Amino acid sequence: MKMAARVIDVHKDYILKGGVIVRALRGVSIDFPEGDFVAIMGASGSGKSTLLNLLGCLDRATRGQYVLGGQDVSQLNDDQLSEIRSRNLGFIFQSYNLVAQLTVVENIELPLYYQGDISREARQRCVAMAEMVGLADRLDHRPFQLSGGQQQRVAIARALVNNPHVILADEPTGNLDSATGEEIMQVLEALNVAGKTIIMVTHEPDIAARAHRTLRMKDGVLDTHTPRGALA
Amino acid sequence: MWRLGSRFWQTLRLGLKSLLLHKLRSGLAILGIFIGVTAVIWLVAMGEGVSYQAQQQIKELGANNIIVRSTKPPSDVTRGGGFIISYGLLRDDYDRIVANVPTLLQAVPMREIRKEARYRDKVTDVSVVGCTAKYLEMNNLRISRGRFLSDKDKDDNVAVIGDTTAHELFPYEDPIGQSVQIEKDFYVIVGQTESKSPSGGIGGSLAAKDYNLDIYIPLSTLHGRIGDQVITSRAGSREGEKVELSQITATVHDLSEVDETAEVIKSLLQKSHANVDYTIVVPKELLQQAQVLQMMFNLLLVLIAGIALLVGGIGIMNIMLATVTERTREIGIRRALGAKQRDIVSQFLSETVVLSATGGLLGVFFGFLCRPAIVGARAVMRQLFPDVIASLPSNIQQLEPRIAPWSIVAAFLISVGVGVVFGLYPAQRAAKMDPIEALRHE
Repeated sequence: MKMAARVIDVHKDYILKGGVIVRALRGVSIDFPEGDFVAIMGASGSGKSTLLNLLGCLDRATRGQYVLGGQDVSQLNDDQLSEIRSRNLGFIFQSYNLVAQLTVVENIELPLYYQGDISREARQRCVAMAEMVGLADRLDHRPFQLSGGQQQRVAIARALVNNPHVILADEPTGNLDSATGEEIMQVLEALNVAGKTIIMVTHEPDIAARAHRTLRMKDGVLDTHTPRGALA
Repeated sequence: MWRLGSRFWQTLRLGLKSLLLHKLRSGLAILGIFIGVTAVIWLVAMGEGVSYQAQQQIKELGANNIIVRSTKPPSDVTRGGGFIISYGLLRDDYDRIVANVPTLLQAVPMREIRKEARYRDKVTDVSVVGCTAKYLEMNNLRISRGRFLSDKDKDDNVAVIGDTTAHELFPYEDPIGQSVQIEKDFYVIVGQTESKSPSGGIGGSLAAKDYNLDIYIPLSTLHGRIGDQVITSRAGSREGEKVELSQITATVHDLSEVDETAEVIKSLLQKSHANVDYTIVVPKELLQQAQVLQMMFNLLLVLIAGIALLVGGIGIMNIMLATVTERTREIGIRRALGAKQRDIVSQFLSETVVLSATGGLLGVFFGFLCRPAIVGARAVMRQLFPDVIASLPSNIQQLEPRIAPWSIVAAFLISVGVGVVFGLYPAQRAAKMDPIEALRHE
């Protein structure tokens, strides 16, 4: 099976002021095959956020290997990681994280913009993405003119526009009411059915249950490996 | 509409958009730069205006000229005996200069004596100037009536009168053909010169001169009729001066020959004069001194204005630091979506440059309003406080600001430079933020 992403014995240490070392990840190895839909759960301080940051190329492991779409990205510098983020990763955040002064289309366009692609085709692709998440009539709206659910749809469109290897979702329904959250989950499920690899961090068991499988983090290591349905 | 072609314009447009979100804040940042740039242009324009007057006066003396004047030496070292003091340039000096200075184009001798001129019952103080035909052109004088002296006049009793003198003696009639009396002799007036504004004294080496009070007669006539001696009675004692020539103006072909020729004339005079009873004035040197002085003055003004720009720049930096802090989260989002550090730098830098360049452009625009503003302010002041205005020195009353093109270019470039310099630190700070921390920022 082709791998969308692999982490191999990854460690992450933080050195606090005063020289205290916090070992956030203590040897984590996970394979994410293409088309996977994984939920990561764990108490705060368990290391799940650290793992997500590493997977999102926002941070580098102290030790260990991270292979994204066949490329080892563990030793890349800041510029190269930025390039990887704009080309190979899609982010969905709990608080949507749209840029306030940009319109819907401009927000969706950001990853392409930082790839250096400001062509007419890029803009058309952004419009197509907005249409796909049901915001065809909101292209020139600004984030404050949209509801929470609509904003999260913009974020999803933005995470898809660069056709990434992996979509990382950090509590994607955390700020939404259950009905809207359900809509967003349906969008994610549809994307997964269409072949997208999704890694989602959540603390809600019923949201985690929508994934194929759930990984539990505890004290910086993987706790249990739970197949789909086991929590229900 | 969405496309502006290049990424540069995209960045600039984005910067402009962010700035428009905070109009007051951006406006205040622009104000600082605007004031600085306007200050540079206005101050330099006024400095140029002041020094322009001085330089014009020096230029009128002629940059290619070397002026040698007779000056009275200290009383104990004069030549000749008795109560008559004899000093100054001699007719022999003139001949020697003409014969021995190869670079000379022409030399114009002149003798000037203060006398009273009469016409019927009218009397006025004049300066009788004995000179040759070349004197007219050399001093940029123009004839309004009749003709100037010519070489054919030789020892004739002819005279050309200055504008003021003409109005004093002949308020209602045409002076041409009339006879004016100086001492015992009568001189037929053949011409009148146009009015010319008096030249100011320059740096102590040349006295102020009002050409309008002159009466010009041939030099040889002056020598024959009036003579070299001037006797003045003062408080019972009589004093006399004997001066052959008041001034010799030597002209060279080319500006580059001025210094060398001045040296030659100086050594010639040193040989024949035991005392230094003459002064050599080189307008070119005066001009250079005036230009150096102006440069220093400009430098000072630029320094002052530079401080204003510095303050403006600090204002921009302050505002940009606040902006960066406020937009920490946006920086985090952009970094997560693939912005490199240099993308963030160029984003914030473009905002500061837009701010400072806008301030700069506004400053340039207001810089051009310098002249009308000063003229207008002076008119208002004259209406409200006529006494205050009247008590000001004349060169301030008549100050005409002259906008220096270099000051406009410099002020604008400096303002943009200030934007880059003071924008760099906040932009760097934004770029160096940890994207994870930035994303977490509330």
